[in-house]
Amino acid sequence: MSAKRFIGRIAFWALLIAIAVFAVFPFYYAILSSFRSGSQLFTASILPGHIDFRNYISVFTEQPFGRNILNSVVVAFTVVAISLFLGLTAAYALGRVQFAGRGLLLLTILSVSMFPQVAVLSGMFELIRTLGIYNSLPGLILSNLILTLPFTVWVLTTFMRELPKELEEAAYVDGASPWTVVSRIFMPLMWPAMVTTGLLAFIAAWNEFLFALTFTLSAEQRTVPVAIALLSGASQFELPWGNIMAASVIVTVPVVVLVLIFQRRIVSGLTAGAVKG
Amino acid sequence: MSVAAASASELTRARVRSAWIFLTPMMIVLALVAGWPLIRTIYFAFTDANLSALDNTRFIGLANFLEYYEGEWYGLLVDPDWWNAVWNTIWFTVVSVALETVFGMIVALTLNTAFKGRGYLRAAILIPWAIPTIVSAKMWGWMLHDQFGILNEILMGIGIISQPIAWTASPDTAMWAVIMVDVWKTTPFMALLILAGLQILPTDCYEAAKVDGIHPVRVFFKVTLPLIRPALVVALIFRGLDALRIFDLIYVLTSNSRETMTMSVYARQQLVDFQEVGYGSAASTMLFMIIAVLVVLTLTVGKVRLGEDAK
Repeated sequence: MSAKRFIGRIAFWALLIAIAVFAVFPFYYAILSSFRSGSQLFTASILPGHIDFRNYISVFTEQPFGRNILNSVVVAFTVVAISLFLGLTAAYALGRVQFAGRGLLLLTILSVSMFPQVAVLSGMFELIRTLGIYNSLPGLILSNLILTLPFTVWVLTTFMRELPKELEEAAYVDGASPWTVVSRIFMPLMWPAMVTTGLLAFIAAWNEFLFALTFTLSAEQRTVPVAIALLSGASQFELPWGNIMAASVIVTVPVVVLVLIFQRRIVSGLTAGAVKG
Repeated sequence: MSVAAASASELTRARVRSAWIFLTPMMIVLALVAGWPLIRTIYFAFTDANLSALDNTRFIGLANFLEYYEGEWYGLLVDPDWWNAVWNTIWFTVVSVALETVFGMIVALTLNTAFKGRGYLRAAILIPWAIPTIVSAKMWGWMLHDQFGILNEILMGIGIISQPIAWTASPDTAMWAVIMVDVWKTTPFMALLILAGLQILPTDCYEAAKVDGIHPVRVFFKVTLPLIRPALVVALIFRGLDALRIFDLIYVLTSNSRETMTMSVYARQQLVDFQEVGYGSAASTMLFMIIAVLVVLTLTVGKVRLGEDAK
């Protein structure tokens, strides 16, 4: 092996290690910090040391963090269920049926997914107040739909188009109704796509911050991102970094585990949403 | 034949009818959560609405945008804070998207070569993408802490800096801190999109280039880059439009600091903190217009064709 090739190999492995460290280190350091309390927290060491669970206990006792997690779970699951149901039926129409105005409709849906959230903020605030769902979970479910619904319709439509054309024709010839075709033929074939899309929509709803920050008032109604952002301790001058890191680890570990389990599907979902657009 | 044709067209008509029935619930919900709030926001932009009394608003024309009153100009278009937010947003978008593209390309090219443990590296780069933005902002806020942050510790340890830097508070570094965290968080997305483009490239031209002994860097610029350009352009547009509306990361990492205030942060500050719904709506309407113009331009110039390949 020539010296030049040897150096090339070393440089390649150094690059790999640099990428891996850069990607993983911040989360690793958050986990380390979450197990440190008192003066240990301020030692800034990159090696694991004494494991201390105090932060994990105080994050639940000093604020309604358990309630915040429950809020996030309820909001995210409801939003995903509504988006998937509306998205699947719409995707069938947009992906399998040729009709006038379809291109325009797809364009509108794509545009809505590009909306800056703040562009609907004051209108949404008024709507939520008028409906009497300010500072409540239904208000967050309603507002989150603007993030997940266009995206779900778009991605499911691209998946729906890839299925063979002959699928529904036989069923129609046999006299099946469109609803039967969707629920009996497409639903079973689409479930992998629905898992992918549902997971991406779940992550979007789980991470949503601006609406949850603006449309809630009391600590009991907050979702996890808002709770973490507004976490404060006994002293208003120094943030309780140990508690913040513990809370961060608690809400991130499930998402990271899900993403790693479904990584192939997620990559295909992301590219379906973007590349094929 | 005519009977078959008649029944086929009857079938088509039935399908189109059911398509509209299937679309209606989705369209109603979308109109409720997107269309109506957008129309109301644009309406508020032309009123003196206040958060404490939304029902009691007065139409004031363009006064939120620009108004001449007793020898002075007022309104958003002459507000230095607004223009500061506009330039911050543009600067943030250009720099972060450029860095993400370069790093994303490096990561994608790396992941596209065969080596032991490739699956683990791909899993590792998914982690920053999976972490909620608020959590990343807090994690980095802690690592960038001026007194106890690990980054200052490391940089001082290896002698790059002599005293701690207040990364998120100092005017010189605040925007770079935001860009650094954003690059960390979204490079994986870029890398995955570019990787998807790389994986469908034909292998024969690479073999030909290898036989001819062409330098890999030349192959990259002459073969790879032109071939993945469509995928790259789409990824750039998506990231660019996303970066223009950034809010969460900046709000948590540097709060309402002037150095990092973007259009979204500015609009929300006016709307909620100052209760100026009319003025804040004017700012968010401007942001919406800017993004809408960019979307229309992209769709026309890029000739993105929708629905043509449907079966």
